[in-house]
Amino acid sequence: MTAAEVGLLRAVVVTALIAVGSFFLFVGTVGLLRLPEVYNRLHATSKATTIGAASMFLAGFVYYGPGGQGLTSLVGILFLFLTAPTGGHVIARAAQRMGVEFYGRAEWPDPMEPAEAEDD
Amino acid sequence: MASSDPAFLALAVQAGLVIASGLTLLAGYRVIRGPTTPDRVVALDTIGTNVVAIAVLFALQTGFASFVLVGLVLAIIGFISTITVANYVTEGDIIR
Repeated sequence: MTAAEVGLLRAVVVTALIAVGSFFLFVGTVGLLRLPEVYNRLHATSKATTIGAASMFLAGFVYYGPGGQGLTSLVGILFLFLTAPTGGHVIARAAQRMGVEFYGRAEWPDPMEPAEAEDD
Repeated sequence: MASSDPAFLALAVQAGLVIASGLTLLAGYRVIRGPTTPDRVVALDTIGTNVVAIAVLFALQTGFASFVLVGLVLAIIGFISTITVANYVTEGDIIR
């Protein structure tokens, strides 16, 4: 299946979306490499790379049009936005249960708050 | 790329492919060095997301439109593997 004629406006939009996606992927990976510990890295990657990959999918949607693989791109965006926060939350909770230290003087659960019953 | 596409679009797709591939390589550093297991899981998740972007860009570059579907399936597999490893780290086993 080949795409039909891609007009100038669509080509410009696809190029802009690819640029935005590359930028966010770059920011996410720099955060992964430079931030001090796992929770901060998670914060950088789970947002930035999700926006980046979703922007690439959106470029695919604009290129292929509403139908065929364009529809697949929309499903991919929906899936990324559902699963990336879930996965990030699960990893953060697993790290906290493992006993990975927080950076600096951060503590959780907050010792100043009255203790709440943690459901398990 | 279809031959009727403007030249700057092909250039943008190629540049995006180079950037995403380089970033995937850099994320490998965190997989190897990462001090704790969750660090490695986060880095592998990032690699998965980057490969999804590479698959979509590859679909645009070569004209094999079905590679968008490959990206979607890779995203699903990455999510499942992330959940599985997190479960393994906390519970000690995967199937209870």
